[in-house]
Amino acid sequence: MRLDIGKIRGLFPVLHQEVHGKPLVYFDNAATTQKPQSVLDALTKYYEKDNSNIHRGAHALADRATRYFEESREAIQQFINARESAEVIFTKGTTEGINLVASTFGRKNVGKGDEIIISTLEHHSNIVPWQMLCEEKGATLKIIPINDAGEIIFEEFEKLLSSKTKLVSIVHASNALGTINPVQNVIDAAHAVGAKVLLDGAQSASHLEIDVQKLNCDFFVFSAHKLYGPTGLGCLYGKREVFENMPPYQGGGEMIKEVTFEKTTYNVIPFKFEAGTPNIADVIAFKAAIEFINDLGKDAIRSYEDELLAYANEQLTQIKGFIPVGTANEKVSVLSFNIKSMHPYDVGMMLDANGIAVRTGHHCTQPLMKRLGIEGTVRASFAVYNSKAEIDKLVEGVSRIARIKNK
Amino acid sequence: MSSIDEVQDEIVSEFEILGDDKESTIYYIMEIGGSLEEFPDKQRIEENTIKGCQSKVWLIAEEKDGKVHFRADSNTDITKGLITLLLRVLNYRSPEEIINAKLDFVERIGMGSIIGSQRSNGFASMIKQIKLYALAFQAKQNA
Repeated sequence: MRLDIGKIRGLFPVLHQEVHGKPLVYFDNAATTQKPQSVLDALTKYYEKDNSNIHRGAHALADRATRYFEESREAIQQFINARESAEVIFTKGTTEGINLVASTFGRKNVGKGDEIIISTLEHHSNIVPWQMLCEEKGATLKIIPINDAGEIIFEEFEKLLSSKTKLVSIVHASNALGTINPVQNVIDAAHAVGAKVLLDGAQSASHLEIDVQKLNCDFFVFSAHKLYGPTGLGCLYGKREVFENMPPYQGGGEMIKEVTFEKTTYNVIPFKFEAGTPNIADVIAFKAAIEFINDLGKDAIRSYEDELLAYANEQLTQIKGFIPVGTANEKVSVLSFNIKSMHPYDVGMMLDANGIAVRTGHHCTQPLMKRLGIEGTVRASFAVYNSKAEIDKLVEGVSRIARIKNK
Repeated sequence: MSSIDEVQDEIVSEFEILGDDKESTIYYIMEIGGSLEEFPDKQRIEENTIKGCQSKVWLIAEEKDGKVHFRADSNTDITKGLITLLLRVLNYRSPEEIINAKLDFVERIGMGSIIGSQRSNGFASMIKQIKLYALAFQAKQNA
């Protein structure tokens, strides 16, 4: 199906504005995507009509809010093809999902001398929780190296695997470079030595078809706000048997079965991991974002975004002084680059003066930047509402900026 | 030597000529960064960096004939330009002048909207560090 980009753009009110007197070109989608009107409407409707605390209220509003809340969970279950909705836990975001796994699964299953494997491509949120856990437990963090294109070296990964490996936690698609990791092979190899696998899907969930059963990963984490949904909300998928063997994360209401001062028994999943009143409004509105994606179709979205990436690459690489960063064969629509003799901050600020929003800096991947021998990059990342005309503006802006130092 | 206020007026009128076009304003800031006095390589050390700046900024100061001589550098061209502006106003002044300087050019040229909030924070850190140096030199003079 050919997407009608003009029509899609019409669904996003925020896109229709000027910044610094220029029409906004929003290319910071890997940081967060904009929200369609349907998501905004769902948020407003919830507060206008349905606001109520869920799961225990004995009245009509509570009943309605609970139903919508759980319908969202089911929509997400289908979106990632989990076996059952109880395998979907709501969190604050990808970061909390990873921390939850580190604090529960990690604390219980990782001990002295054990090993956790991550890759050089990881976001700080998939590095620091494991460092903290390893420090606490006397375990070791092992790092899969990458090649200069920004792809993990699979043979080196295989060498790191052993019976000591308790968990492999790896990014599905790199936020800084766009590299799509060969996660199916990673999962199969890790399972062969008895290790569990967590996939950081923060960047992949909006671009790639996600089937957690086919992937057979043990955990999959992602954030709603990078999928056209609200901020402050994420999902942690885990296999039932893995979740059931994990201790609770936070203590409080909702997560208990029965409390006495002597002993507390815990609720079943998913509630065992959802202490306190959850982010009800955003969960409910997230369903509208999932529907937006489903209506367009992931295949159509991916092929259009690939087209944008190829179109941008083709033109930008012609510019004198343009240095692409991350040239993996398999990429999501993330384009990282530098301009010779210029600092990424300066490039970003000059693009902003042209109304073009990009991200600059280390993208929370300092070890990756160090490996690549750079301080940071300029990152343009495309979403389904971006157009080729917008990429033309980026190309025009970058070539003008590059000329300052590359005559 | 022009007074602090006279130099600030000069800067304001230069920015008035640039008008509202943000790109040419930034381009101008980058250009003037090129005129920054050379910074000694061996001073590019952690102790001389200014905390609170996203880009790297090194600042050193020495006292000559009762005036403070600042030298600074950065790894980004826009920041170099911002330093140049600041030093045009504050370099080779007495500690008292620096401490008492009301840097109203920052607001008059609309610096906040030109460089954004993160860089504005960094810019404020630079001003603070310059004034701290001035305070230290003043204390030394009074000792």
